[in-house]
Amino acid sequence: MKKLITTVAALATALVAGSAATAADSIKIGDINHFKRLAAFAEPYRQGIELAAKQINDAGGVLGRPLEFIHRDDDGKPGDAVKIAEELMTRDGAVMLTGSILSNVGLAISSFAGQKGYIYLAAEPLADDIVWSSGNKYTFRLRASTYVQAAMLAEQAAKTDAVKYATIAPNYAYGKAAVEAFKKNLKALKPDVEFVTEQWPALFKIDAGAEVQALERAKPDAIYNVTFGTDLQKFVREGTTRGLFEGRMVYGLLTGEPEYLEPLGAEAPEGWFVTGYPWYAFTDGPAKQFVDDYEAAYPGETPKIGSLVGYMTAKSIAALITKAGSTDTDAMLEAFKDLKVATPMGEITYRALDHQSTMGAYVGTTTVKDDKGVMVDWSYKDPAPYMPSDDEIRAMRPAE
Amino acid sequence: MTPVLRVENLTRYFGGLRAVHEVSFDVAPGELKALIGPNGAGKSTCFNMLMGQITPSAGKVELNGEPITGLPPREIWRRGVGRTFQITGTYQSMTVAENVQMALISHHRRLFSMLPYAYRLYREEAMALLDVVGMAQQADRACAILAYGDLKRLELAIALAHKPTLLLMDEPTAGMAPRERIALMQLTADIVKERGISVLFTEHDMDVVFAHAHHIMVLNRGELIADGTAAEVRSNPHVQEVYLGGGTLYAAEETSHA
Amino acid sequence: MGLLVAQLLTGLANAAALFLVASGLSLIFGVTRIVNFAHGSLYMLGAYVGITLMGVLPGAVGFWGAIVLAGVAVGLIGVVIEICVLRPVYRAPELFQLVATFGVILVIQDLTLMIWGGEDMLGPRAPGLKSVVRILGEPVPQYDLALIAITPFILLGLWWLITKTRVGILVRAATQDREMVGALGVNQSWLFTGVFFLGSALAGLGGAIQLPKGGADLLMDFSIIAEVFVVVVVGGMGSIPGAFIAAVLISVLNVFGVAYVPQSTLVLMYVVMAIVLMIRPWGLLGREEKAGEHGQIGEPQRPIRPAGWIGRSLVLALIAFMALIPVFGSTFTQVLIIDILIFCLFATSLQFILSTGGLVSFGHAVFFGGGAYVAALLVTYFNTPMELAFALAPLGAGVLAIGIGWFCIRLSGVYFAMLTMAFSQLVWSLVFQWGEVTGGDDGLVSIWPSKWLSGTTAYYYFTLAMGIGGILVLRHIMHSPFGYALRATRDSARQAEATGINVKQIQWMAFTLAGAFAGLAGGLFVFSKGSIFPDELSISTSFDALIVVFLGGVKTLAGGVVGAAFMESAKDWLTRLEYWRLILGLVIIAVVIVAPDGIVGSLRKLGERIGIVREEESMR
Repeated sequence: MKKLITTVAALATALVAGSAATAADSIKIGDINHFKRLAAFAEPYRQGIELAAKQINDAGGVLGRPLEFIHRDDDGKPGDAVKIAEELMTRDGAVMLTGSILSNVGLAISSFAGQKGYIYLAAEPLADDIVWSSGNKYTFRLRASTYVQAAMLAEQAAKTDAVKYATIAPNYAYGKAAVEAFKKNLKALKPDVEFVTEQWPALFKIDAGAEVQALERAKPDAIYNVTFGTDLQKFVREGTTRGLFEGRMVYGLLTGEPEYLEPLGAEAPEGWFVTGYPWYAFTDGPAKQFVDDYEAAYPGETPKIGSLVGYMTAKSIAALITKAGSTDTDAMLEAFKDLKVATPMGEITYRALDHQSTMGAYVGTTTVKDDKGVMVDWSYKDPAPYMPSDDEIRAMRPAE
Repeated sequence: MTPVLRVENLTRYFGGLRAVHEVSFDVAPGELKALIGPNGAGKSTCFNMLMGQITPSAGKVELNGEPITGLPPREIWRRGVGRTFQITGTYQSMTVAENVQMALISHHRRLFSMLPYAYRLYREEAMALLDVVGMAQQADRACAILAYGDLKRLELAIALAHKPTLLLMDEPTAGMAPRERIALMQLTADIVKERGISVLFTEHDMDVVFAHAHHIMVLNRGELIADGTAAEVRSNPHVQEVYLGGGTLYAAEETSHA
Repeated sequence: MGLLVAQLLTGLANAAALFLVASGLSLIFGVTRIVNFAHGSLYMLGAYVGITLMGVLPGAVGFWGAIVLAGVAVGLIGVVIEICVLRPVYRAPELFQLVATFGVILVIQDLTLMIWGGEDMLGPRAPGLKSVVRILGEPVPQYDLALIAITPFILLGLWWLITKTRVGILVRAATQDREMVGALGVNQSWLFTGVFFLGSALAGLGGAIQLPKGGADLLMDFSIIAEVFVVVVVGGMGSIPGAFIAAVLISVLNVFGVAYVPQSTLVLMYVVMAIVLMIRPWGLLGREEKAGEHGQIGEPQRPIRPAGWIGRSLVLALIAFMALIPVFGSTFTQVLIIDILIFCLFATSLQFILSTGGLVSFGHAVFFGGGAYVAALLVTYFNTPMELAFALAPLGAGVLAIGIGWFCIRLSGVYFAMLTMAFSQLVWSLVFQWGEVTGGDDGLVSIWPSKWLSGTTAYYYFTLAMGIGGILVLRHIMHSPFGYALRATRDSARQAEATGINVKQIQWMAFTLAGAFAGLAGGLFVFSKGSIFPDELSISTSFDALIVVFLGGVKTLAGGVVGAAFMESAKDWLTRLEYWRLILGLVIIAVVIVAPDGIVGSLRKLGERIGIVREEESMR
């Protein structure tokens, strides 16, 4: 019977996002994302969540009840996201909120959640502020933030002889934070580095030829890249054509993620040191298990980083509610303290200190294999060594 | 006695083109004066300078002894000059009465008032003016659906709203049937006589001009070639030459009726 | 020196696609007077169709063939749009068609996602043009040189088409005087269809020809549209050589901007646009607008009267009903109504200048977002109490409107619209890029109301009072002497000036008032959401407001409110569905076709026809 109910529920959600036709006794989680505006990123994320939900429910659900995600589209607008958040919590009976890729939407939901006393697990947004300077009691975050991932690249960069660096990053908050974090960490590790130019193309409006010329003009030893998506495609193509990357080391934030590397195909850059997700390279363990499960559940598709994040989000929520023993907000807040979750990346902990999980990141070097860009010589990095000190974090977080 | 309007050496060039050249004349109190001339003679330019739509290149304009040269139209209006246009410019989205009320609101300097309902403001005054032009019955009709002749009369009522001392009427009867023309001009003449308003008007219809104007001025190629009574102008050889290249004005008139 | 030349070449190459898209938009506007918001979508379709064709057709012939075929295909799509969506609404009030084109944007977005999927697609490289040529030692991609070589030919081709062929002569004549061409017996609808084909094909070509320098993605439509508008306006609407010069100017400027002021790339373009419009209001090669050409066309608006007792009782009953909602409605119902009310107030403030004043603003969001940002900045940096910050929101927006109005009021018609857009985009890009103060796109968060208003129900009543109060005040002003003076300036600026009304002063004041009320809406917004982001200042928010005013009925008083309520409710309901944008787009198009006078205007006409609403006696 239960199986039938969950199947029906899954079917319903698959057919109509956020449909109200659901099993009466399910535990509902409100999931807000930019399913239309950023379809390429949000869809794998949704599939990751649904895969995890199915596994959880097949194993008997949470607290004996099925776990159900109500997916709602916010059109990428923070104002709409806040409205939908209210609706999910007060009308649809969700017990907590999750979702968002864009940092600004994440920040809006986070502020709203803090005000209203709703729990929000920010899945993908990378802004450091979400758990640090704008952190609040009710907001938690899964992914390793901008700062941490930039610090991982800076550590690698510090090992080389390069002293003259150029940066290129989209001209918005994420890009600025990413450059600042890289500079700070690199300078700390290697005080004699010099940043010869900083390029700030407008997000998704890069003028790649001009950017490449401007970078070339500064004659840097190495380049730090934060562009992604179509900006990255154009940058890589122009840069390769014009020989910008010849004899230069490039450090690419998120460049190794399948979302960004795959569209480049055979033109993917070679020899860049990047953060990413080398799903194709796993041979055993939970990481490989997840890839197999995902490919089995969605034939013809391969996991993206969004898939992994979605999957880990659902697993985290299941673990949370199981530990709390109820869906009461206070119980869940208590349970979130140092919550441990088994994930494809190994066990992660939601730190009581700043509500940040210890999900790490993969770093490696890009190369082209069978006309596809891949990461080689990769390794998994735990975020702890790259974080600011506990005292620094305490100082950043607003008093509760 | 100071003339209501005094124009001295009014001149306007458009690039190299001399549209109006050193035109000087007076309009006396209570006088109905016509400005005529062939197409392109500079009548409209002259009118537009008097009303402030065009700045003169040289010369000056005085109203009741005070200079008004170069002032914008709204200032000249405030000093007591009313105007009607060849192509009427009433407010299409308002009723007949509201069109007059609008001029009254402007006259009483209540344009920036946001408290009262505009449709109630100066309603009686507006009705009185509409009564004068015989439009009171149509006061609450939308302006957009008025007959052309009624629009002209409405325009006249609007022009009277701020109790002007001078009316400038550009082709007041253009586009009307002959019988309507006479009626409208008669109405105008009666009103201005009663109220002591001076009128300066341009007109194509010589019947209208010779029937009502006390004095007639003739403009040709931007220059004033005659200024006098109907009889003086008729007999002016220069005028005859301009209009007919010979012959008489009566002949011209008759052909226009043919 | 070498670098300078190389940079110049990069700019010229970038100008190619921009010119193609902009010339298409310019052509369509010049002839049909339709501001085609969907032009970016056609560009996007060109890219997707081009990529698909390039995958099928082999070799260099296939590559170039694919570009041409993509242009033709998109041209045909444009024809379908013109015939099915726009032709039924040519008789509607001016600019009404842009609502229909907005619906088309939504439909194309979802259809593209359905057909090609969400993943970004990298464009194939041009066969035989994959490497670089060294010019003065600097590498210049071969494809860039190809683009630089091709563009003048396209310009020449268009020039030849427009000046030497019969079709072109008709097009030019129609650009100058539409009525005259109709009077001369030319079949206007086929001329329009033809122009739409050509304009759309140019957009499609633009999308396909840029593939080797980029690719196809779902955000292309919006990312190019603002830039294209800038080019068209700077060049002069309707002028193809103008579009060319402006495309080159903007592109080259961007390249040097990237090199020398990399932080301010967004701002630069709008500064140029604002400067050009202030010096040459109709663009570099545009033709000066004849006065009144873009005033009210079609049938004039009706005379207005304050609501009678039936109307007032209905409004009172509605307010009473809304006041009772917290008693029986859910929290979410209140939140939804808060959103709707805020949007209604925002739309009414736009309606005030757009409908009563006849001033079409394409940048009204700058005051909505501006008010919100004023409040948010005060709270963030000065710990201003909420009540004071809220009160200063409309004031701040009003002051902003005084400033922007000073520049914009000098223009009229579509150039006024474009200058308001330039200024709002300027403010948007400043807020977006001045992250140290405004938080950039991470916005300002934790802007919550005081304790006594922090409950949903308390804030609901607050919004009810402020929102409905604001709407009623604006409506009252429409009936006041000032409102009438504003209508006078719209109906006949000449007559207004000739009867003592300072037209520009009245318009400036109205612009300021509208800005202040939009700021009030923004103040309500920021405290209801607790955060503010640059999106609320952006062109898409301006368009949202514009759409609902037209949708509700531009020649009515209640259009803004009704349109906003309709749109927000429809959105709230539809976003639950998978392909909600497709459905919403179709709904908008359907409403546009069924109700060409807007919802309120068409209902009124229907009511008059079947006798429910008494036709004004005066209108018989």
